[in-house]
Amino acid sequence: MQTVFDTRQALRAGKVSSAELTDAFLARIQALNPRLNAYLTVTAEEALSMARAADDRIARGDDTPLLGVPIAIKDLFSTRGVRTTGGSKILATYVPSWDATVIAKLRALGAVILGKLNCDEFGMGSSTENSGFGPAHNPWDETRVPGGSSGGSSAAVAAELCCAALGTDTGGSIRQPAALCGVTGLKNSYGRVSRYGLLAFASSLDTVGAITHDARDAAILLAAMEGHDPQDSTTVAVAPIRVPDGAHLRDVTVGVPAEYYAGGMQPAVEKAVRAAIQTLAAMGATVREISLPNTHLGLPVYYLIAPAEVSANMARFDGVKYGLRVPGSDLIDTTMRTRGQGFGAEVKRRIMLGTYALSAGYYDAYYIRAQKVRTLIKRDFERAFEQVDIIAAPVAPSTAFKIGAKVDDPLQMYLEDVFTLPVSLAGIPAISVPCGFDQDRLPIGLQLIGQAFDEQKVLDVAYAFQQTTDFHTQKPPLVLSHV
Amino acid sequence: MHTLTASLTASDVDRIAHLSRLALSPDEKARFAQQLTAILDYAGQLSQIDVDGIPPTATVLAVHSVMRAGDTVSGQIDRHDALGNAPATDGEAFIVQAALDHDG
Repeated sequence: MQTVFDTRQALRAGKVSSAELTDAFLARIQALNPRLNAYLTVTAEEALSMARAADDRIARGDDTPLLGVPIAIKDLFSTRGVRTTGGSKILATYVPSWDATVIAKLRALGAVILGKLNCDEFGMGSSTENSGFGPAHNPWDETRVPGGSSGGSSAAVAAELCCAALGTDTGGSIRQPAALCGVTGLKNSYGRVSRYGLLAFASSLDTVGAITHDARDAAILLAAMEGHDPQDSTTVAVAPIRVPDGAHLRDVTVGVPAEYYAGGMQPAVEKAVRAAIQTLAAMGATVREISLPNTHLGLPVYYLIAPAEVSANMARFDGVKYGLRVPGSDLIDTTMRTRGQGFGAEVKRRIMLGTYALSAGYYDAYYIRAQKVRTLIKRDFERAFEQVDIIAAPVAPSTAFKIGAKVDDPLQMYLEDVFTLPVSLAGIPAISVPCGFDQDRLPIGLQLIGQAFDEQKVLDVAYAFQQTTDFHTQKPPLVLSHV
Repeated sequence: MHTLTASLTASDVDRIAHLSRLALSPDEKARFAQQLTAILDYAGQLSQIDVDGIPPTATVLAVHSVMRAGDTVSGQIDRHDALGNAPATDGEAFIVQAALDHDG
């Protein structure tokens, strides 16, 4: 596996140059992307130019944790001069003239950007089937979804088409695809990483993170991106993350929430997750049962609050200043045709749900009530963390499903997120790490949830788990056969 | 006070679509009416929850009314960049249809 950490070691030792690495990745992308549709835009020339600049810096003795390392970016982030679609036809040819804050940070550190990755339209979806440009495919079984919305990011890391990839998580969009693709995905605390330059989906829920091969790389990426940003008033300054290096869990108490194991899981998923908890116990952690009584309300709460915020954030797409314009008989007609044609079905559904929930007569009964129940869910976690340090849970109820299996029933698709939504509503951090496979050799993820801004504990436990297990080092057949 | 069992009619969907500025085909309207009803019905279970005395959570953070320390002017977006993605432009502005009628 080409981790960020190992790549930096090789570059520092002069074993390989960034230009050689970048060349190799571009060749792999050319060979494998037609099958996987992970990349929407490959920036080959720019990547090579960034690689050569990195090699110059390395020759001068420069050293940053990402210098010369090839990474890729979910297409929800503004990248200066590079097409940014948001996974939507309404922005099919949009080219931003500025970088998102996190992109600027990664450029300054000398990371090499290989291109933009496929995702569900504006982050809305759990399979990448809502992309305006075709779904991405799971490298473990190309007839199956990679998960979503960061499906392109997860597929790219799993298929070794980049060392690491940026993603976003609003209701599970880093954790779930990471679990389905057998890679590691960290959702940060709301407020840890700047959202400036991220195409907004739900502004009280969106978080920026990375999909990586392991927890150590997750810490490296977080360190590169975190921090207060004057351009994002919802960022909070916190103590910087440290790359984990311990491997014992003797002082850690792990909570197992009964409500997450109350049925509805594929048997192989439950088996793998419970075995992982046994592993944590064997490593010295104290394991105890806890209760998060309002877990079952996460889904209805999320599918009122998120669409409400969507209806506001999508209002900017009106065909006036950027994006698609479909001419109509007058200004309003033009706006309506533009949005009717430019948005996909899921985005339109959520805009309408949100508009309804916020409309006069329904605002209190739906939206405000959902916000109150959100408080109950947040308090569940606060109470639990008075007794435990970390909560261990499944990520998704099943392994990767077949492309097309759930597209006709929105509620069925929403149920994919039952285990990830409550964490998003509470704004707390959680990581997905590989913990097993089902009988079809499809990956299963373990979710480790922490208190607000306690990414350190989450990463330390995840790292320790990965020192003891080797699920995260397994490669999909496609990688083994294409060397 | 409205009950939380939804059953969206065709005219409900028309009204919401217009508020959302979405032009929908008859097919879409029929499909969305059914799907939105199902989702709203599902969300309606929240009406059974006791939220007496519970404050709404608009943001999970403890920060309020964050202000910038000093508001200093630091350049502006280049006109060429700003117009770079314009669907229609004369090089100086975005060209759109009139918002208001002109009567003489």
